[in-house]
Amino acid sequence: MATYEPVIGLETHVELGTNTKMFCGCPTVFGAEPNTQVCPVCLGLPGSLPVANKAAIEATIRIGLALNCSIATWCRFARKNYFYPDMPKNFQISQYDEPLCVDGYLDVDVDGQTIRVGIERVHLEEDTGKTLHIGGATGRIHGATESLVDYNRAGIPLVEIVTKPVAGTGQLAPAVARAYVTELRDLLRTLDVSDVRMEQGSMRCDVNTSLNKPGEEWGTRTETKNVNSLRSVERAVRSEMLRQASVLDAGGSITQETRHFHEDTGDTTSGRSKETATDYRYFPEPDLVPLAPDPAWVETLKAALPETPRARRARLQQEWRVSDHDLQSIVNAGAVELIEATVAAGATPDAARKWWLGELARRANNDGVELSALAVTPADVAELQQLVDAGKLTDKLARQVLEGTLAGEGSPSAVMAARGVEVVSDTGALTAAVDEAIAANPDVAAKIREGKVAAAGVLVGAVMKATRGQADAKTVRDLIVSRLS
Amino acid sequence: MSDLTRMTAAQLGAAIAGGETSAVEVTRAHLDRIAAVDERVNAFLHVDAEGALAAAERVDADRAAGRAQGPLAGVPIAVKDVLTTRGVPTTAGSKILEGWQPPYDATIVTRMREAGLVILGKTNMDEFAMGSSTEYSAYGPTHNPWDLGRIPGGSGGGSAAAIAAYEAPLAIGTDTGGSIRQPGAVTGTVGAKPTYGGTSRYGLIAFSSSLDTPGPCARTVEDAALLHAVIAGHDPRDSTSIPAAVPDVVAAARRGATGDLSGVRLGVVKEFSGEGAEPGVSAAVREGIEALVKLGAEVVEVSCPHFEFALPAYYLIAPSECSSNLARFDGVRYGLRAGDDGNRSLEEVMSLTRDQGFGPEVKRRIMIGTYALSSGYYDAYYGQAQKVRTLISRDFAAAFEKVDVLVSPTTPFVAFEFGSRTSDPYQMYLADLYTIPSNLYGGPAISVPVGLSDGLPVGFQIMAPTLADDRMYRVAAALESAAGVLTPPSL
Repeated sequence: MATYEPVIGLETHVELGTNTKMFCGCPTVFGAEPNTQVCPVCLGLPGSLPVANKAAIEATIRIGLALNCSIATWCRFARKNYFYPDMPKNFQISQYDEPLCVDGYLDVDVDGQTIRVGIERVHLEEDTGKTLHIGGATGRIHGATESLVDYNRAGIPLVEIVTKPVAGTGQLAPAVARAYVTELRDLLRTLDVSDVRMEQGSMRCDVNTSLNKPGEEWGTRTETKNVNSLRSVERAVRSEMLRQASVLDAGGSITQETRHFHEDTGDTTSGRSKETATDYRYFPEPDLVPLAPDPAWVETLKAALPETPRARRARLQQEWRVSDHDLQSIVNAGAVELIEATVAAGATPDAARKWWLGELARRANNDGVELSALAVTPADVAELQQLVDAGKLTDKLARQVLEGTLAGEGSPSAVMAARGVEVVSDTGALTAAVDEAIAANPDVAAKIREGKVAAAGVLVGAVMKATRGQADAKTVRDLIVSRLS
Repeated sequence: MSDLTRMTAAQLGAAIAGGETSAVEVTRAHLDRIAAVDERVNAFLHVDAEGALAAAERVDADRAAGRAQGPLAGVPIAVKDVLTTRGVPTTAGSKILEGWQPPYDATIVTRMREAGLVILGKTNMDEFAMGSSTEYSAYGPTHNPWDLGRIPGGSGGGSAAAIAAYEAPLAIGTDTGGSIRQPGAVTGTVGAKPTYGGTSRYGLIAFSSSLDTPGPCARTVEDAALLHAVIAGHDPRDSTSIPAAVPDVVAAARRGATGDLSGVRLGVVKEFSGEGAEPGVSAAVREGIEALVKLGAEVVEVSCPHFEFALPAYYLIAPSECSSNLARFDGVRYGLRAGDDGNRSLEEVMSLTRDQGFGPEVKRRIMIGTYALSSGYYDAYYGQAQKVRTLISRDFAAAFEKVDVLVSPTTPFVAFEFGSRTSDPYQMYLADLYTIPSNLYGGPAISVPVGLSDGLPVGFQIMAPTLADDRMYRVAAALESAAGVLTPPSL
């Protein structure tokens, strides 16, 4: 394995989050009843014509700018011709040799190194419908007895982002692939152009992989499709590197082909061979006028771009004074924005991080949802921490209050009021509870008198139980020790 | 009231507006005429008597209620079967769309309805508008009212014949390489191709997207202009529709009808005035030019050296686009589906559907286009043809530096007999020799009757710069005032 150098390349398709489709006014909501979000245009009915969606063009230009691309001053859509039942016109309106954005890059951080991934092109096209094949073993058209097509997705604007070949990353290649897709996903999310949900297919990846011996020409590449999670991107590259290496080691050669990735096994299997690839007969789309974005407009869009996730992470890392490792945990948990907002609402970075990566991460994990989907706002978390800092809640009580907030009972102060939760700080009542605990546990009290302060835990527990947990444990402990010394 | 079917659209509109007749009466008269003659002409693929009468009743009710109406309110019209009409069968002359009822109206159909025009039905055409004789219609050819043994031109032979046979005063055609003008020429009617992008293509079943242009067919230039004014104008549903004001073509036609063309420079295309056309056609066109000169026009000979490459360029561009436009007819979603017996694969069903659904000329063009767009051949064929297109546009631009309009015969020969040109596609393609350059360039062009050759009509073509549609109407109306309107023999 170590004797080969991998070259990878990624093609990512992203469904834009525009309100309407690419070439008609149909809505783009995910999950609607099949074939309810359609019209003559996206069904490709005879006589219908496409009209380009300006919001989609704007989103694509913003993506191009954020990826440091040059934006074409004049370009055209092209028809990609092939027959498939989920394509209403049996051609896809795409872009061919005149993409909207070209020649950019995206920097990604892997293992403490910065790797610059070149961007070949970013272009705009329409999505196809979705075919469901029934009756075959594989769920593919071959062997199926019935095929159903849902055209709701047909015509949703799709942006294709193609990297240049990434060479020289060696054994890091799988991690680089994953880091690139992650960084791209975060960037697109920051640009607010797509909901980038790989599990719903609004972001889809094809991974190209080849191996060559050091100093030799690049090898034959394969294209792995159906890679639908960040983890799968990494696994697909690794699996394909291992497979190709064993083929080459055995004296074989790599076939240029499409391969399918299987989530369950982590393997790829051969799909159709590229040698018999369709001739798509691309030609400029005659139903659409050329696109000629006004350079002044492009400048306006450029000036209004948000801070990139990478720049923001660098800034926040400094502001929050966290290690690379901690920052990575925050990023992986999808908590950057949440912590930032919590800090903005008055919490310290440490406290905000503690809540979001601790109690709340556990809760989100148990519920199987994203942190951001929890019914708690950064302002709630900041308020909760302020209540703890003010001594009105203990950590334990704070967790109870948070339960209430998560259950929809309102802000932390509202939950406290409603549940009657607060720290028992009345020393008279506490002293009585302490004295009662001492009287009930003479053995323990004797040990503490002898200096075995560690034994105080039992008494603290008894007092906490008596006060229904509403006392501050440290105060109780101090009180016990002072009564017995 | 005189025979309502012999009146012009302008006269009918005025008579309805003035209460001398009603839209319903006018509609009935035309439906009766269709019932009497269309068995012999076969201009209509579908007659929508019910829809027409309902529309006519609405016009009459609107008039009775005093609501404002346009000059063509209540006037019947025939629509080429390549434009979608909501709920009314639309086949494009093909078996593959037999029985299809579109769920929507083409933009120009909507505009006609809004103007109170009464749609009588859908007219016959060469399948998917590919042909010059209607012999490639899947539903049998249309017969030329001048001689039922001869072709009415194509692809819009049904629309032209319907007008010439007095089945309708107006019709809509579409012109990709001459499909409005050549049928106009051989049936002795007026046919105008507007500036490309001047009339919306939304709802026009595409043959060649960069060339297809809907336009008016009528018996007089004024009628054509009145219909042009109804259907033209920007349509946000068609990206290639031009967002510019429509020139006042009606005023231009009326101005031309006064017979004064002083100061107008006519360019005679040198490359189109030699041999190529039948002698009778050349003679009639020469007489037409002389008549225009008498009205004050000045004649200049201009050279358009690249026009000779127009036909081959067209027969690469149009088939290329059609090979892609017609891909959607696969039996999956609408129209014919052949061989779906549960044993055949999807690909087999698609392939069988296309094999049975398309006729020979459509298949020929799909194959030519598929080849021309193939990897490795694209540059040599499609790419080269696009370069020729640019050169032809430059020829036009250079010519229009010197002259206001270009004139030529519309088509090299008068209506030919059925079967005389189907065995050799090239002989059929020659029918569009003079009309194709304007399609490649995008400018407007009109065919006006100029006389007879051996008892059959000859068309005179006037070509104008893009967006100068008014200019061609002025010259056309002047020629009409000199040459007169042709009256076909009664059926």
